[in-house]
Amino acid sequence: MAVGEVMRMEIPAGGELTVTSPELHVLAVDDSIVDRKVIERLLRISSCKVTTVESGTRALQYLGLDGGKGASNLKDLKVNLIVTDYSMPGLTGYDLLKKIKESSAFREVPVVIMSSENILPRIEECLKEGAEEFLLKPVKLADVTRIKQLIMRNEAEECKTLSHSNKRKLQEDCDTSSSSSSHDDSSVEDTPSSKRMKSESENLSSLF
Amino acid sequence: MDLVQMQKSLQDYTKSLFLEGILDGQFLQLQQLQDESNPDFVSQVVTLFFQDSDRILNDLSLSLDQQVVDFKKVDPHVHQLKGSSSSIGAQRVKNACVVFRNFCEQQNVEACHRCLQQVKQEYYLVKNRLETLFKLEQQIVASGGMIPAVELGF
Repeated sequence: MAVGEVMRMEIPAGGELTVTSPELHVLAVDDSIVDRKVIERLLRISSCKVTTVESGTRALQYLGLDGGKGASNLKDLKVNLIVTDYSMPGLTGYDLLKKIKESSAFREVPVVIMSSENILPRIEECLKEGAEEFLLKPVKLADVTRIKQLIMRNEAEECKTLSHSNKRKLQEDCDTSSSSSSHDDSSVEDTPSSKRMKSESENLSSLF
Repeated sequence: MDLVQMQKSLQDYTKSLFLEGILDGQFLQLQQLQDESNPDFVSQVVTLFFQDSDRILNDLSLSLDQQVVDFKKVDPHVHQLKGSSSSIGAQRVKNACVVFRNFCEQQNVEACHRCLQQVKQEYYLVKNRLETLFKLEQQIVASGGMIPAVELGF
């Protein structure tokens, strides 16, 4: 099982689901060296693999979203969660969030924003842009535990939906050739999620 | 002093820092993140805080000493220091930064100079206290003892 490959469902004939969960790979973005050290430890102690970067620009470079030549090497990059500070010089956490949500490669990756300032319009703006959660600094272990549970639950939901839709498709294929009038519109878009489940990722933290 | 006395001293000393409001709950959070696999985590973070703060305070002094003070430069520094002090639980430094930021917003140079002095005072205080705390810990470890967990009964 590779890092970042979140859930692998083993579905034997009996239909029971066995879930094994390897490490989540988290990208943490913060311009404060103190906060980077703390968030890294919080995530590591929560059994996550962590890559820290000091700016939104570096984060985009790491994700291959900066239009640079590094992008082609990163097609196997697996990031399960991005945690970013809001107030950073240059690209803010909000700017970074937008760029991630605009990208095809990473728009499904949950993004959590951290801020020392409890400003409601800011929180609303981030949630509206698709942030998973907004954490008030200083971040505590309970916050990270909660986020991790949220991410794991979301990934499990996705896998369940995926496996059910696969089962349905299998049954449809096995049906007799007589045409069925109902078309299953609710099946989950197969390709991106299965890519997520099958992709292998390399240890890229040595880059930083 | 024997080991038990040293451990008691450390506990009392740590408690006093909380009672005086020099440290807050976030420092306890950091202590909880320390274990056998990361026995120096707290001192590592605190060391980073000292290095970072020294730099910021230096930049602040320079910025405030300019003929024309550029508050667009001053405020981010104070914000940074407020953030990092909050992250390690240096409550009084953080609070002093909050006051500082208010005066930055008002672009009150005189008041900002006073705020900088206040922040420096609180910073040197917490620095001094934490260095003492780490020395006490080192003495205990050197004597073959373990650092007792902090019990706050208040």
